[in-house]
Amino acid sequence: MGDPLTLFAGIDVGASRTKVALIDSNKRLTGYAVEKSGVDFSKTAERCLKISLNMADAEKERIKYAVSSGYGRKNVPYSNETKTEIACHAKGCFHFFPEAITIVDIGGQDNKIIKLDDKGHRISFKMNRKCAAGTGAFLEEMSARLDIPLEDLNDLAAISTNMVKLGSYCTVFSGTEVLENIRNGKRIEDIVKGLFYSVIKRIVEMDSFSDKVVFTGGVVEHNPYMIEMAKEIFNKDILVPEHPQLTGAFGAAIYAMESVKA
Amino acid sequence: MAVEEKKVTIRRLKTAKDLGKFMADYYYELDDAVKSGKNKIAWCTSVGPAEILRGMGFLVYFPETHSAMLGTTRMATDLIPAANAIGYSPEICSYLTADIGAFIQGKTPLSKAFPGIESVPKPDVLVYNTNQCRDVQDWFAYYADKFNVPLVGVNSYRSVGEVTPSHTASIKMQLENMIEPLEKVAGRKFDMAVFKEAVRLSKECSDLWERVLATGSAKPAPLSFFDGTTLMGPAVVGRGTEAAIDCYNLLLEELEERVSAKIGVIDDEKFRLYWEGMPVWGRLSAHSKLFAGLGANVIASTYCSSWIFSALDPEDPFESMARAYTELFIVRDDDHKEKYIKEKIDFFKIDGIVYHNARTCPNNTNCLYGMPQRIENETGIPSLIIDGDLNDLRCLSDEQTKTNVEAFIEQLEENR
Repeated sequence: MGDPLTLFAGIDVGASRTKVALIDSNKRLTGYAVEKSGVDFSKTAERCLKISLNMADAEKERIKYAVSSGYGRKNVPYSNETKTEIACHAKGCFHFFPEAITIVDIGGQDNKIIKLDDKGHRISFKMNRKCAAGTGAFLEEMSARLDIPLEDLNDLAAISTNMVKLGSYCTVFSGTEVLENIRNGKRIEDIVKGLFYSVIKRIVEMDSFSDKVVFTGGVVEHNPYMIEMAKEIFNKDILVPEHPQLTGAFGAAIYAMESVKA
Repeated sequence: MAVEEKKVTIRRLKTAKDLGKFMADYYYELDDAVKSGKNKIAWCTSVGPAEILRGMGFLVYFPETHSAMLGTTRMATDLIPAANAIGYSPEICSYLTADIGAFIQGKTPLSKAFPGIESVPKPDVLVYNTNQCRDVQDWFAYYADKFNVPLVGVNSYRSVGEVTPSHTASIKMQLENMIEPLEKVAGRKFDMAVFKEAVRLSKECSDLWERVLATGSAKPAPLSFFDGTTLMGPAVVGRGTEAAIDCYNLLLEELEERVSAKIGVIDDEKFRLYWEGMPVWGRLSAHSKLFAGLGANVIASTYCSSWIFSALDPEDPFESMARAYTELFIVRDDDHKEKYIKEKIDFFKIDGIVYHNARTCPNNTNCLYGMPQRIENETGIPSLIIDGDLNDLRCLSDEQTKTNVEAFIEQLEENR
């Protein structure tokens, strides 16, 4: 057992959300926060840390080491080291599922497919290409088009009985398709499920998958119905960590702990 | 405290200055020829039949090199839309669209780089070889119309496996058929002796360039791919001339000194990478620093090796040119390309391959038909694909490139 008072911080400053995870020497999550990244990454990272420390009922001085990750990884004032989000997601997922896995992270701005062997070594990774299709940004854009709050999408998709399949992989074209379906009298919930389906299809196209597939990221955290759909599409069980949106930050915190031990 | 950016050391080559002077002399000679009218000027594609043109006394100008300058000066992205607006799609070669865009707007980076030069040298004839792509033919056809000058060329094969006598016979015939129309423009007869001498000089230049690139096999490597993209200037525009040979003799000497003294282009060469595809011209410096900052040296590439013409033989100039310009990597099928890359991996002791998926250059992009996966499966050498473009900076995300490259190096580190 390590010193229970020592904490390690992982900060994942994503394009959409900033996540902070605090862990103790036994890799237990003691505090965390998720906030919109906004335009001032440093301030957001500070705010998330404060929230996390409050949750852990701890002072900042107890943090022995901090590793930051994500697009804003270089903007975290209290970070000791940076790692890419690819590395941190891999590290975080392998902690929860220590076997050969394929990780699917659906983030606000990009998707990642990361393959690990049974020792947790990265075999390969891929990030989505230039457009927003298949990412959280795609769902945000569509929720605005449909004038439906983002947080309502999951429940709508879940009650769909006749999903509308959208053919395009371009966000702009998909928007046109959605409007066309509305004009043709299709039900909103069936269109929303079609949007979810479209996100998963973009993932499937990115790479091949090993037996065990883990989904992470804010999109699945807030839209758990997508996991049910993914199970059907992949025809297998899909593994999901307890806090899928925090996986990168959690992995960064483990890196922080390992840096001190090394 | 936030994590500070690591300071990066990249050792410049002293002879880069000599090569810079070569390029200046080359452009001033062209400019002088236009102003004095003493030489006819041929525009030629970068792996076009320059030796024939030199054999007829033409000064040879290469629009692709001009386009690369539009890229490195980051003028291209602003000029491309002018070409798009007259019907040249943003999806086609951004060398073409940047160059035509520059022409439409009367701009050239030559004016800034070489004071006194106001424009590109006006052509008397345009000569292409489609061994690279069809775009060069369309590109030159545009100028043939604008300048009202003849357009001649070679239509090459694509996806060639073994280069057979039937391939070379066809290309040879097309090369020979150029002579008559070129004689009319040149106003003089084709001189076989001068032509053979140009082929001899070209071969010597090619051999030296090959030796220059081969120094990259040393550990640590004395040069990088990013150096190579500018050092190759004389191999592109000066092949068939003594001056290019002089440049490479000097360069080779400096590189061999570095090899003997074990001086690398970067300090701490932890990983040796291979670059497959075009450079991102507007990000040469940024990419060079990005890799160097991670202890990775991109030491070799298909691109820089594309100006090695081993088959050239002054005793059989037409046939050997036909072979040399058909043996090129870009002309070949995937089996040949994969074998070629695997040989490079062995020779340069490569740890990883970076494929550049250049949006507007499918012919110089080799990650679209499963090649990275096949090579990785066979060799175990991991690879990374980065999305970008040679000239059109609208097609790339610096942040995504950075994250991808950093994650790739992390992967190499973790698996070492």
